Amino acid sequence: MTKTINELEKIAAGLRLEILDMVIRANGGHIGGSFSVIDTLTALYMNILNHDPQNPSWENRDRLLYSKGHSCLALYTVLGECGYFGKKLLKKYAVDDGAFAGHPEREFIPGVEITAGSLGHGHSLGVGMALAGKIDSKDYRVFVVSSDGELNEGSTWEAIMSASQYNLDNLTMIIDYNKYISLGTINSIMNIDPLKKRFESFGWAVNEIDGHNMEEIISSLDKIPFKKGKPSAIIANTIKGKGVSFMENVPMWHFRAPSPEEALQAREELKKVLKK
Amino acid sequence: MRDAFNTELNRLASEDENILLLTADIGFQVFDEFRRNYPDRFYNVGVAETNMIGMATGLALSKKKPFVYTIIPFLTMRAFEQIRTDVCIMNQPVKIVGVGGGVAYGTLGPTHHSLVDLAILRTLPNMTVVTPCDPIETMLATRASIDHNGPIYIRLGKNGEPIIHKNEYEFVIGKSVELLSGNDAVIISCGFVTNVALDTARSLSDDGINIGVLNMHTLKPIDTSAIIDIADKTNLILTVEEHNIIGGLGSAVAEVLSENGCNALHKRIGIRDNFCYGVGSQDFHLEKNGISVSNITQIIKKELNK
Repeated sequence: MTKTINELEKIAAGLRLEILDMVIRANGGHIGGSFSVIDTLTALYMNILNHDPQNPSWENRDRLLYSKGHSCLALYTVLGECGYFGKKLLKKYAVDDGAFAGHPEREFIPGVEITAGSLGHGHSLGVGMALAGKIDSKDYRVFVVSSDGELNEGSTWEAIMSASQYNLDNLTMIIDYNKYISLGTINSIMNIDPLKKRFESFGWAVNEIDGHNMEEIISSLDKIPFKKGKPSAIIANTIKGKGVSFMENVPMWHFRAPSPEEALQAREELKKVLKK
Repeated sequence: MRDAFNTELNRLASEDENILLLTADIGFQVFDEFRRNYPDRFYNVGVAETNMIGMATGLALSKKKPFVYTIIPFLTMRAFEQIRTDVCIMNQPVKIVGVGGGVAYGTLGPTHHSLVDLAILRTLPNMTVVTPCDPIETMLATRASIDHNGPIYIRLGKNGEPIIHKNEYEFVIGKSVELLSGNDAVIISCGFVTNVALDTARSLSDDGINIGVLNMHTLKPIDTSAIIDIADKTNLILTVEEHNIIGGLGSAVAEVLSENGCNALHKRIGIRDNFCYGVGSQDFHLEKNGISVSNITQIIKKELNK
């Protein structure tokens, strides 16, 4: 059942509130990168992926490989929204004898395709899965959700190089380009621009979008593969901490829990979207 | 060992269409037959070991049975974190086959020697570590890896190693093989240098000294009960390996002896924590580092006061 743009926006806003609660409960978490990616992730799981939360290992499912494992709060909430597990379980994030670690583990969480946390891994895993799909003439698609920071890793470019070599047009990489890594702006620390040209020069078909504009996100994802025989990259320009004014583009909110006063303000700002 | 691996892999691939081979641009002409027979199951990923391990894991997560192959240091060290994170944490049946164990690539120098691979791979949970001693055992280990439910590392030498096992035998991962019986001392060995252990034992038998030789082809899980049995019947155990004495076979055996209160004296023969600088063949480096019949004979005679 696909959702309307307005419904998707509200779901994403609701998930931001859930993420906020999880961070407060655990007294920490990668909130900035979770807020930047949640719109894309919501669109993917609600409207794009061919999947069955009741049967997570269904052979023909589309695979979403969440490479930016540190922003797992976004993944956990969206999987809960889909019904991969009961939402009550989200309370067991980063607590003793908990259910969800600070990075996603395939072995323990239904719907999580890969254990992640070490950056620059999902890309090669995605190439392997997409290749298996081609070998077996399956029509499932593979999506890798990458942070911008892990494009500093050499391993990602090995994977990007090989995806075009093997003509993996069943592979799509979404780059959550929020422009910030842990200690500052990525392009002041280790520049990855011109990102679109770099992907194109590696043989990918690229689309650049506003990663918080639900219409643009859906419209772009609806068009994959952008070119037959080529892997697709979607550069989603996003804002780290998107949705809460005092978190947006502020490096400190890479990993942090808000104070009670900050939490109150954050909730108010996020709830406004719900009423739209 | 390389050709034995290749021959067996081709045979196995004819029986199981899920078998794939990935190489990081190593094996010139070696895999021509595999490539010809199974063009969509052979991938030379280029000089990119980390991507190869990640891809193989992605393939394994998609029910494939991937073999990855290249020279050991690049396979196990460049891509070590991928082996830990992708293969071992997710416990996927990727078959990691390394060529050039120890100083097999003697004259190529220290970058191409593999003297720490056993140590580092042994520390990874879920990983199985096998070091065949000859072509037959390589074939059997390759066969056993197919249905092995988890990560496995098979350490090959190069090519043209002498035959130790004349025929196929019942190879079981984790179960060592007694090649010679004898109680004056027992040599536990693994890999190509099992030849050195056997030659030493034969040489000493001329002096009336009976040396047992146990081929510990699997370093992990190690055959604990066989080691305890040996310690019960001899006072002198030697381990012989083409590897740093830190972390490899010697260490693994010492762990068993120590935890089980065994009283036998244990001497480790191997590379004594140095890089193998200097130009020379495998034999040259083995000799230089005391992994030789003469040196081991001397050690045994000294300890036995003979």
